Amino acid sequence: MKPDSLTQRIVPVLTILILIVAVWYVAAYFMNAPFQRDLDRRGNVTSTTMEFIGKTMAQPKPVLPAPHQVAQNLFENTFLRRVTSNRSLVYHAWVTLSSTVAGFTMGTLLGILIAVGIVHLKALDRSLMPWIIASQTIPILAIAPMVIVVLAAVNITGLLPKALISTYLSFFPVAVGMVKGLRSPELIQLDLMRTYNASAAQTFWKLRVPASIPFLFTSMKVAIAASLVGAIVGELPTGAVAGIGSKLLAGAYYSQTIDIWAALIAGSVLAALLVTIVGIVARIVDRSMGGRPA
Amino acid sequence: MSVTPPSVVSARKLGLTFQTGDGPVHALSNVDLEVRKGDFVSFIGPSGCGKTTFLRVIADLEKNTDGEITVNGMTPEEARKSRSYGYVFQAPALYPWRTIEKNVALPLEIMGHSAAERAKRIERTLDLVNLSGFGKKYPWQLSGGMQQRASIARALAFDADLLLMDEPFGALDEIVRDHLNAQLLKLWARTEKTICFVTHSIPEAVYLSTRIVVMSPRPGRVTDVIESTLPKERPLEIRETPEFLEIAHRVREGLRAGHSYEE
Repeated sequence: MKPDSLTQRIVPVLTILILIVAVWYVAAYFMNAPFQRDLDRRGNVTSTTMEFIGKTMAQPKPVLPAPHQVAQNLFENTFLRRVTSNRSLVYHAWVTLSSTVAGFTMGTLLGILIAVGIVHLKALDRSLMPWIIASQTIPILAIAPMVIVVLAAVNITGLLPKALISTYLSFFPVAVGMVKGLRSPELIQLDLMRTYNASAAQTFWKLRVPASIPFLFTSMKVAIAASLVGAIVGELPTGAVAGIGSKLLAGAYYSQTIDIWAALIAGSVLAALLVTIVGIVARIVDRSMGGRPA
Repeated sequence: MSVTPPSVVSARKLGLTFQTGDGPVHALSNVDLEVRKGDFVSFIGPSGCGKTTFLRVIADLEKNTDGEITVNGMTPEEARKSRSYGYVFQAPALYPWRTIEKNVALPLEIMGHSAAERAKRIERTLDLVNLSGFGKKYPWQLSGGMQQRASIARALAFDADLLLMDEPFGALDEIVRDHLNAQLLKLWARTEKTICFVTHSIPEAVYLSTRIVVMSPRPGRVTDVIESTLPKERPLEIRETPEFLEIAHRVREGLRAGHSYEE
């Protein structure tokens, strides 16, 4: 990559980041000022404006933590703790990541399977599609606790229930994307197969599958992000054992706002990482399939 | 010319009616035609005259609703199943994820040729369309004319005696088209295939064909069949000879008789 294009890509992103941080600081001041003013009045403390601003940025349980507080928390809990420690964000991220990946894998496979069925059997197209769409209109927050509780009743706990919630969220984009992908070959390409008297299996493997690959990766990008959301939501009702979700829940429970924000950011970093990985794999596959370099 | 070559395509009172929401559409009606081995037959006419539909009936991509048709003495379906023709579409329809040689190999893979046999045939057919050395390229790396040549190579790869071509050069500019027409004639002379060629260009039809079938729309029918008096050896300059212009004039007359110029 040329340094030129790198700068072109990074500068706009950095500009927005700086803007967000600036707005965040201003917001943090206004959100935390009332409490600080109250505290100062009771303690009979008078301070200069600068001192006062400093104090709004250094509260232990602020309404809105300042960016540097979150950054510090994030840094400490990521790099300064043993990864096996219950306070390590790496540990919690790993717990969430493993159920995300497990759920994503199952969801992708399920989605592909459903799409293959729908494309080949008209009856499935009519009967299954409305149910698939209906399944996604149910709020995941309502389903998640039931899945966890029901499975716990039959002694299935730990990774699998959470992964199933991820599966539930991630199979949908893959199924819809793959139906579109498997149907993407143009009539002329299907006619061509017919002139060769190709079997349905040959048409499937030599035409429909390769034609659907770009659709698969696009939907997998959506699916992996949905899987992460599913895993985090799945961790909320597990009694806060481990994972980004439990970290969020515990933070909310004990008003550890800095912890909440740090966990949130850890979650977004994880999401960005996962989507990027899928994107890189997509590009490698595209290149090996003769894709025109962008 | 003492012995009549065997018939390859034979249509008797052939008709095809599409049932649409606006009532029946007579795409073909009462078509009688005999294509003999080694013929180069062009089908010319305005859009909607059924020339492509006729080609698709031969290929068993559409079913006739009236009359009879045989291809190599079989029904079109049997002919398709015994892979007796190669079809070249309006667009190259190359698979973008396959290299040129893999695209040519596609029908060979489907028909179960061995890898060694495939390699041999790929080399031979790519040479036939002057694309030797381009086998490892992907379709997007080739010009439109080269892509269409690759699709002709793909249709030739499995040695069908009949080549059905549906406006293969319609999307190309005239300079490329002239060049490909000359190449196609050479290829036809070398391979001795029977070719059915759909076009809407009068010079192209006259330059290429041994026989020109003039068609007209509503309902799609044959209005004239013109035997070409041009020699088999045809340099591009032949298109300025009085003989060539005479045939072109007859084609134009045939199109006019079919009211093709109205509206």
